[in-house]
Amino acid sequence: MLTGKVFKYGANVDTDAIIPARYLNVSEPSELARHCMEDIDLDFAGRVKAGDIIVAETNFGCGSSREHAPIAIKAAGISAVIASSFARIFFRNAINIGLALLESPEAVVETDEGDTLQIELETGVIKNVTKDKVFKSKPYPSFMAQIIASGGLVEYTKCKLSQGADLR
Amino acid sequence: MTLAEKILSARCGRDSVAPGDFINVRPDMILSNDITAPIAIKEFRKLGLKKVFDASKIVMIPDHFVPNKDIASAEQVKILREFALEQGIIFFECGQMGIEHVLLPEQGLVLPGDVVIGADSHTCTYGALGAFATGMGSTDIAMAMATGEIWMKVPPTIRFIYHGQLPKWVGGKDLILYTIGQIGVDGALYASMEFTGEVIDNLSMDGRFTMANMAIEAGGKAGLCCTDDTAVKYVVPRAKRNWVSYELGSADECAMVYEWDVTHIEPQVAAPHLPSNTKPVSAFRDVAIHQSVIGSCTNGRMEDLRLAAAVIKGHKVAPFVRCIVIPGSQQVYLEAMREGLVETFINAGCAFSTPTCGPCLGGHMGILAAGERAIATTNRNFVGRMGSTMSEVYLANPAVAAASAVMGRIASPDELA
Repeated sequence: MLTGKVFKYGANVDTDAIIPARYLNVSEPSELARHCMEDIDLDFAGRVKAGDIIVAETNFGCGSSREHAPIAIKAAGISAVIASSFARIFFRNAINIGLALLESPEAVVETDEGDTLQIELETGVIKNVTKDKVFKSKPYPSFMAQIIASGGLVEYTKCKLSQGADLR
Repeated sequence: MTLAEKILSARCGRDSVAPGDFINVRPDMILSNDITAPIAIKEFRKLGLKKVFDASKIVMIPDHFVPNKDIASAEQVKILREFALEQGIIFFECGQMGIEHVLLPEQGLVLPGDVVIGADSHTCTYGALGAFATGMGSTDIAMAMATGEIWMKVPPTIRFIYHGQLPKWVGGKDLILYTIGQIGVDGALYASMEFTGEVIDNLSMDGRFTMANMAIEAGGKAGLCCTDDTAVKYVVPRAKRNWVSYELGSADECAMVYEWDVTHIEPQVAAPHLPSNTKPVSAFRDVAIHQSVIGSCTNGRMEDLRLAAAVIKGHKVAPFVRCIVIPGSQQVYLEAMREGLVETFINAGCAFSTPTCGPCLGGHMGILAAGERAIATTNRNFVGRMGSTMSEVYLANPAVAAASAVMGRIASPDELA
């Protein structure tokens, strides 16, 4: 069970907002985390606490393919991102590195900045503790659920390689 | 099947695929750059493998912060260089390089019928050749470098049909900005965009690259054109291996079809801070600019430089305005020199740079201060994209960017005497 306070954003939060390109000359997660969201929320890195949750409207993570974006969010301490929809490269990247994403337009509409949420990842159930409301997120396709269950794409691939799948 | 589905089915060894299918695809080329490759290499190492699956299908191009803008960037490129030496993969050193999406088609490293994956969102550019090309993250690329396979979900196809005849000064950039303006930055989310109609039939290869390049700006997974005579003429002298072309499928296999007559559209300009914030250039005539950038993976090809040079020739860049011209590759640079374009730009008061992504992503070579405004032939105008979060970027075609540099405000080329 994940529990955290909400940082709420609008639609089309792009990867330049999540981690500006001027910081992409390094790839150290802790360094990236220091600048996470800084161009749209200057003191995010200072306020965020381990376990907190980002809630945003449509097309979260649009723009570049930089994996630095979900890495920065995860390293900043965010436990999950809930959005009405996600841009596809960001979605893949987050799953691959083990950052939890949940798609639930209803939860987004009914949640405000500072609310406390509880998320049960296994069932995809989101509870807004502040407002005492419960939402269901869209389930993952079974193939992606396998990657998540393995602990990310590297572990999933390791497992397949060790099984001698016709990968190499 | 649609064009995208035909390519994907051939590369996953199935007779047919349908939107929503999860498939394992064998890519023909796997790309990464100086920002994304260091993470990909780190993730590849975690598998404990000695060798990549096939060194001839892996290319790394340092282009974003190259020539290295600072010590941290130099350290990143060093990681690529050492990995390339160790593995024997394809690598372009500063001096032979270009912006990846200009360079790979130009060098014949991506071809029609290919599946190409790249750790760069603008990998979709190669769709212009009739390839299925899409951007991914570093970890996806790392696992593909190891296994030669990548999982994909087959996307639905959205067809865009352009009718009529393009007016003067209107090209591929205007068509794609118009399209994104109509459907929004998530109007093609997860979908494969397919560009067709008589306007595309008559569009140059460079114009098609520009269109496919910005498919991602509508949320698209890919942006494809059919491999017609124009594409074949481009590919034949460059290809060093076999390639295949496929016909478009029927319209009823597409999830959606948009159809527009573009005979009367003006050059398009996208205002801050979204590429969908698009209006005709005439709507922006009172917008003063401090900088004009002509280049990038979107508009750094020969046709783009020719167009900008034709507009700026005999004029001067306005006082206190910077115009920065960046060829997309060393080959484009050479051709621009041979055709006298470099001289035209320098005589007009432009800075002419070595190839780099540079200012497009706020890297280097033309960063904006607070309160400054640029017109650029690049692809994104997000907050802080080219520098200060208090700066602004307007997106336009190369002719409009050149005319605006001369006028010191956003201008149509027709306004120059």
